[in-house]
Amino acid sequence: MSAMGDWIGFVWGWLATHGDIIIIQTVNGIVTGMILALIASGLTLIFGIMDVVNFAHGELFMLGAYVGVVVLSISGSFWLALVLSTLVVALIGAALQITTLRPLVGRDPLNTILATFGISLVLQNYALWQFGPVPRKLDEPITGQFVLFYLAYPWYRLLIALLSGAIIGGLYLFLKHGTYGIWIRATTQDRVMAQAMGIPVPWVHTGVFAIGAGMAAASGVLFGPLIGINHAMGLDWVLKAFIVVVVGGMGNLGGSIAASIFVSLLEAYAAIVVSPAQAVIVSFVVLILTLLFRPTGLFVPTPK
Amino acid sequence: MSKRSNKSFWIAFGIVLAALIIAPLVLPEFWRRFLTEILIWGLLAMSSDLLIGYTGMVSFGHSAFFGLGMYGAAAALLTVKPANLWLAILYGLCGSAVVAGFVAFFATRLRDIYFAITTLIFSQIFYVVIFTWTEVTGGENGLNFTRPQLGIPGIYTVTFTPEILHWFVLAVVTASYLILRRITHSPFGMVLQSIRENESRTRAIGYPVERYKIVAVMLSGLFAGLAGVLYAVQNRFAAPDFVYFVVSGEAVIYNVMGGIGTLVGPILGAGFFLGLREISSRIFGDQFPYLIPVGVIFIAMVIFLPQGLLGFAKRWLNR
Repeated sequence: MSAMGDWIGFVWGWLATHGDIIIIQTVNGIVTGMILALIASGLTLIFGIMDVVNFAHGELFMLGAYVGVVVLSISGSFWLALVLSTLVVALIGAALQITTLRPLVGRDPLNTILATFGISLVLQNYALWQFGPVPRKLDEPITGQFVLFYLAYPWYRLLIALLSGAIIGGLYLFLKHGTYGIWIRATTQDRVMAQAMGIPVPWVHTGVFAIGAGMAAASGVLFGPLIGINHAMGLDWVLKAFIVVVVGGMGNLGGSIAASIFVSLLEAYAAIVVSPAQAVIVSFVVLILTLLFRPTGLFVPTPK
Repeated sequence: MSKRSNKSFWIAFGIVLAALIIAPLVLPEFWRRFLTEILIWGLLAMSSDLLIGYTGMVSFGHSAFFGLGMYGAAAALLTVKPANLWLAILYGLCGSAVVAGFVAFFATRLRDIYFAITTLIFSQIFYVVIFTWTEVTGGENGLNFTRPQLGIPGIYTVTFTPEILHWFVLAVVTASYLILRRITHSPFGMVLQSIRENESRTRAIGYPVERYKIVAVMLSGLFAGLAGVLYAVQNRFAAPDFVYFVVSGEAVIYNVMGGIGTLVGPILGAGFFLGLREISSRIFGDQFPYLIPVGVIFIAMVIFLPQGLLGFAKRWLNR
């Protein structure tokens, strides 16, 4: 058994020398996970209520970050940029839903994938044309730092995680107790019955798309300071959001939040061993395993 | 299919083929190259039509098959001296077959949206691998090589001129079209269409649906890989950009623009798309991203012309 003992000793030794980096990556993973949860909950809301797989979600995230850059450069206030960007992109989302998705209601869901894919192409290339290929920088509103082992860790990152949690919590309370939230849940359960009860279902769809778009924009502004903002940033995030939405169970809000944190943590740990570009593959593998063994999602009860 | 419509089909086929054979002799250099490219992209779109139009599975991962075809051809052309065209095709087909088998095994267990997302993610995995594995694939810069000669080694060889390249591509695309047409009209193709119409009923009749789907994805992947080899031979490079998801998206766009489930439609769609791109860059200049007007037209076509150009033309002719 001494080989086994050696092995355990090796693992403990590795953990003891690398404990700091593991804790740092845990914090990083949770912060990224909360942002991802904010994006994914918009995506899962749109899918759960409208049966629309929104390929353009990453572009709404990107557009939110760009609107944030513009408002910040004019007004100088990050918080104003956050609020305005959310509102502007929510309005854009509503307009897109009315012009392109509403005519497709009742057709094969494939058509909505194609339409939102078209929207994503247009938005992405519009951003490229308007803002150019050079990445923009968004300044963070608070620059304070605290010491985490040998790293000076910015407070702002923790603030992001808290704000994302607050926005998602607000969404949950709205869906649970708000009048319009109850309309939305009624539409999810039975579209025809909701219509019969006098709920304006087409406008509920528009509203849901606008809320999802606004949440994507908010996460774009919040996350902007940590990454360079360019026209192609949407794809990476929409792919990750797709992964967590599927891993968490399509249309299941709680599941996608849990899956966001789970996947981000795994990626953060993988980044200790391999380069971050390759760590992405970990989340792909999680997705494939989920699809093979639990296609309804990891965080939902097994269907009987 | 009546005898008469069959006859008119072959007449139309002959006329179009003859026009495409004569085209490089009369067109200026730029448009000749343009036409060759339409044929190559049309082959890619046609291969994905086997899945979208006939089996009812939307693949957003055809760039992986296309790209592996390119890299397979590159491997043959760089490692084997003297460079041999047929070996390049063989390597390319093997590369795309391996990837297609892998993707088919996992992705065909899923349906609809899940299939689309899984194929997309598989193609991104291959993109990440190719992009980061710099020693073998050349990373971001890709691989450059010289164009091989056309011919049977030791008997007859001829150097590729633009005309001969065009005829070669035309021959491959025409052969692929005839094979795909034969496949879709065969009993196998009928089963694929019945999967599209009603999967559970097909299963209830007793067909092993999963196996049919795997074979469909692999066939589709092979033809996409063939398109990749042709593109590599035409442009003398393989680059990770062609494994990127945008290429898959464009293949889907060609299908929708031209008309799914028609095989010819996707080629028409590719021509329409590339033509729009050309017109847009002539009007707005090279700097203007052509995908803005093309994307708007695409969305309008999804809403108002779900049958695509060919479906619309058919309906208009029958009226």
